[in-house]
This record gives sequence, structure tokens and C-alpha cells, in this order.
Amino acid sequence: MKTSEQENIGGANMARRSFLRYAGLGVASAGLLATAACHKDHKVVVGGGIDIGAKGDLAILNYAYALEQLEAAFYIQVITTPYSGMTSDEKALFTSIRDHEVLHREFFKAALGGNAIPALTVDFSTIDFTKKSAVLGAAKAFEDTGVKAYDGAGYLIQDAGYLTIAGKIVSVEARHAALISNMLVAGSFAADDQVDSNGLNKSATIAEVLPIANTYLKTKVSATNYSYVA
Amino acid sequence: MNLFNIIDEIEKFDPELNDRLNPRRAAIKNITSFGSKVAMAAVPFAMGTMLKRAYGATAAPTVVEVLNYALTLEYLESSFYNQGAASAGLIPAAGASYINTVKDDENQHVAFLKTAITASGGTPVTSPKFDFTAGGGTGNGPFKGLFSNYTLFLKVALAFEDTGVRAYKGQAPNLLGNKDILTAALSIHAVEARHASAIRQLLGVSPWITSTATLGNDTGVSQVNGNYDGEQNVTQGPVNVTTLPSISGSTTSVAIATAAFDEPLSMDQVLALLVGTFIYT
Repeated sequence: MKTSEQENIGGANMARRSFLRYAGLGVASAGLLATAACHKDHKVVVGGGIDIGAKGDLAILNYAYALEQLEAAFYIQVITTPYSGMTSDEKALFTSIRDHEVLHREFFKAALGGNAIPALTVDFSTIDFTKKSAVLGAAKAFEDTGVKAYDGAGYLIQDAGYLTIAGKIVSVEARHAALISNMLVAGSFAADDQVDSNGLNKSATIAEVLPIANTYLKTKVSATNYSYVA
Repeated sequence: MNLFNIIDEIEKFDPELNDRLNPRRAAIKNITSFGSKVAMAAVPFAMGTMLKRAYGATAAPTVVEVLNYALTLEYLESSFYNQGAASAGLIPAAGASYINTVKDDENQHVAFLKTAITASGGTPVTSPKFDFTAGGGTGNGPFKGLFSNYTLFLKVALAFEDTGVRAYKGQAPNLLGNKDILTAALSIHAVEARHASAIRQLLGVSPWITSTATLGNDTGVSQVNGNYDGEQNVTQGPVNVTTLPSISGSTTSVAIATAAFDEPLSMDQVLALLVGTFIYT
């Protein structure tokens, strides 16, 4: 037991150390960025949109940050304008999911510091927030896409600490996804639209995910160095 | 016993292994002196542990070791659900489709991992024996009667699923940058989390793990406190996430902070939770 605890602590410290190695780039935030021109690559503005930047962990973290911004904004809207007939149980679940997504967003923002892409402007005009079916359908799309995005980008992460944190988040997104699926169709938490015949969750590339995300964003997100330009 | 052959094989590639394992005989004796409690099935893990110690903090398990570890966990889960599904009168109609979906996924994971291990040049481990009452082979453990008591069955299922999520997460760094194997492992990891969420819904527990500052376990089943220990962590990388803003203020509650991030378990931690109780000789 003692050994396990010590290992746990050691693991956390290791993660923290490797995290700080990168976070060091961002800690000094704007001031440092202004003098370090090369780091501006991480948030190049292209024709009114933004780019996640040069290949590497900062780009992947910004990719995750973009998706979490989108999810957080969606659930904030769900709770701000509840659909007709939302039960108290449903409201409690959506509130929890909103709170998780807001924290994911804030975490990436804090971890990226001055290397973070700006706040994105969302466009949910295609979602009818007054209808339960529309909200659940959109929620399922966001959660399923989020899970596939993290699973598909995991191998691109070079730092073990970051990879572990991505893993900590993706399983929570999968818990959300299963709940939302079951709210739509009972028992569909691992249905074959998301899970393949080997029992593996489907995964998606950055170039597959961002076009979907961009349909809900006014600020278009590109990943030029990962084969996608909005 | 292939263990000695394996060590000999490794020595061919790493002549210093003998020194690293110093004293090698004592290390091996340690494994066998676990005796009846640590199953022979656990020997590959015991070996992994021994090698990790031999190489120090930098030595990670090989891809095949990680996959065989995953395979053992999937044997546990698939056997559990196969036995549950075969227990007449256990699963009510309302839960049947849920349990069957999970059972089928776990059996697919076993088949997939065997294929992946062979494709990676390894040999899939055989299944150890299981005592789902957690009685170490006595059939008389704390979860006795689980195959005739649906709620008890679900509680054990939930411990397995949440622990499985933690176990896969713990191995991700050992597969760093491996496009095929890491992506597959993350994809199984996500499916285990979907299962955990669904089993939690069947039990009427929140779909995510909501810990307090002192207790990771939110299931109310104190026997599995160890399986949830560490879920109460609120520090992610350099950030104590309770200090970050929430929707309602400048800080975030422990409940939200713990629910928003699942925590990993190391191989040693998982095996300590299973071997001698659920897994035996």
C-alpha cells in the first residue's frame, strides 16, 4: 500500500516536471510571447480563423482546448435555455457535464498560458435548443466526436504527462457519451456507430474532426501542419 | 517454467541484466515465495515488476508485456460477464441488452488482444483462474452470491469497469507514440469507460466518479475503496484545478474537479488489487 502511494506521488511529480518543462514556455505569458517570435506560430491567424500551430504537443493541446471550448459553450447554452420539458434529473446531469467541460477548458487555458489559442466564437444557429431531440442529438455528436478526437490524437502527444492527462479527460468524455447515447436510445452506450467489431471505440484524425467542429464555430480552426486548412 | 528461459533470452540482449537483477536468485526466490497467494498466472507480471526494479525508473514494460497485462484484465472481465449471462435468473430483462453488449465487447477485446500480441511477435498469456467472490479461490469471498444477486453482480461489474479504465490509462505512457497499439489501447479504454458509465446508470450511481477530498470511492461499496484510491486527486500537471474558475465563481469544487478527470493506476497497483482475491492459482 505504502509502495503504491509512493509510486502514485512519484508519478504525479514526474508528470508535473514534464508539464512544467513545456508550461515554462507559457508561464511568462504575453510578455514572453511578444519577445519570442517563433512561438507566435502556435496561434497564427489565417483569414479570420486560427491555426493550432507548429507540429508538437502545444498544437495538440490547443486542438483539445478548441474542442473543450466548443463543448463548454454548448452545455452552457443547454442550461441557459433548457429545452421544453427538461426534467430535474436531466438538468442535473447536463449541469454536471457543463461543469466538467468548463473545467477542461479552463485547465487547457491555464496549462497553455501564453501559448493558448484565443477564445473561439461559437455558432450554434443550426441547433434548436428548445427541442430535446435536437439537444441530445447535438450532445451525442459533440461527445462522440470528442472521444474519437482524443483517441485519434493520443499517439501524436510526445510528453507522457500530457498523454496521461489526455487519458484522464477522454474517459470522462466517454462516460458523458455513453450517458447521452442511453438518453437517446436505452442501451446504445457502445453501439456500433461508435464501437467497431473488435470492441474498439472508433477514432478520428485532426483533419476529420476539425471540419465537424468548424460547423459550430464562427472562428474557424485550422491545423495546417496536420493536413487540414479550414 | 518459461520464466528462466525468458531471462536467459533477455540476457543475450542485455548482458548487464544479471547485475541489474542482483541478487538475481533472491529476486526470483521472491517471486516464488509469494507461493500460493500469488498465482502462477501472475508470474509474467511478477517478472515485469522484477524487471522494472532491475532497470530502475526508466524501464517500462514492453509493448507485449502491456498487451498481455491488458489481455489478463480482459480475461477477467469476459469470464465474469460470460458467467453472469449464463446464470439463470440473474439478469432481468431490462438489463439484458446492456450486459450482453458489455459481454460481447469484452470477448472481442480478448480476441483482439490475442491477435495484437501475436502480430507484435509475442505469445498471448493463458487465462488465470478467477474467483469473482474475491475469495482467492475459496468461492467464499465478500462478494459471495454475486451470480444470484443482480445488484451485487453490478457492483462487482462496476469495480471491474472503473478499475479497467484506470488500468488502461496507466499504461498509455508505456505506449507513447505507438500509433497502432496506443490508439487501440486508448480505444479499448474509451469503451471500458462507456461500460462503466452504463453500469453506473443501471446501479443508479452517477456516470462519472465523484470523489470527496479524502475518499476516491463514490460507489458506497467499501470493499473496493482500494480500486478508487487516488480518484480524489485534484492536481493535474502543474495545476490544482480547484483553483481554476468554474461557471459560478473563481474556484471549482472538489466534486467537479474529481469527476472531470479520471485517474490512472499502475500495473503493480492493479495486480495488488486483483491477485490473491479475484485472481488465484
